[in-house]
Amino acid sequence: MAEDKKDMVKQPAATPAGTERTRARRVFVPRVDIYETSEAIVLLADMPGVDETGVDITLEKNILTLVGQAANGARAGYSLAYAEYDAGDYERAFTISDEVDRERIEATVKNGVLRVVLHKAEAVKARKIAIKAA
Amino acid sequence: MYGPVLWRFGRAMDPWPEIQRLQQEMNRIFSSASQPYGQEFPAINAWAGEEGMVVTAELPGADPEKLDISVVGDSLTISGNREAEALKAGESYHRQERSCGRFTRTIQLPFHVDAAKVAATYERGILNVVLPRSEAEKPKKISIKS
Repeated sequence: MAEDKKDMVKQPAATPAGTERTRARRVFVPRVDIYETSEAIVLLADMPGVDETGVDITLEKNILTLVGQAANGARAGYSLAYAEYDAGDYERAFTISDEVDRERIEATVKNGVLRVVLHKAEAVKARKIAIKAA
Repeated sequence: MYGPVLWRFGRAMDPWPEIQRLQQEMNRIFSSASQPYGQEFPAINAWAGEEGMVVTAELPGADPEKLDISVVGDSLTISGNREAEALKAGESYHRQERSCGRFTRTIQLPFHVDAAKVAATYERGILNVVLPRSEAEKPKKISIKS
């Protein structure tokens, strides 16, 4: 699947220098796809274990921060015998340009994938320019 | 007298397969030192309990209808497809980090599974497969007669 096998493992997220998190959980950087359509920029983030109640999206100035809190994977009556992944939260931030309409950002979560649709501002939408005959 | 002895000596002392095996073993040790977990997709966790095991796999964005789970004896196979978003003409990726494509993975379990009682759920992008131990292999308590 991935060319570089290292990419398959969830990468821990960095914290700003000298700070610590209050929650004693691991935090990962979700893998993200971003594509652009004529109307919007669409961002897809893999956040297994996260549902719509655990997602927090904030836009401050031009920084869009995605935070996902995953459910704890522990099961009553069972003990972890073998592990290849850790359950944890997700965090990632992007800078966005002025072409995004700040009032119209939509987000949905389905099957552990967060989809954020950043609609483009009217001013920057591509327009077809008709050429008038001289 | 020399013939058979040399022949045997030659066979036994051929160092090449042994060197290769040693090299593979070293590669495995050193490559796993920096990576604590295996890199097969999907990554799985296995939970052991009295009744059997629960295998969970992180499969964000998979279509539960198209996931294929099969159990034969003591092996569990998970296969499926993660489809990339279909882009229309004029749309383009800024970045593409999520992997897509077909995957299949087989896990050997430490016991035979009662295939009729296997249950699987898929929620929040995590697949849960409950694998009960077959009745014949359940541990039996043996009472000591006085």
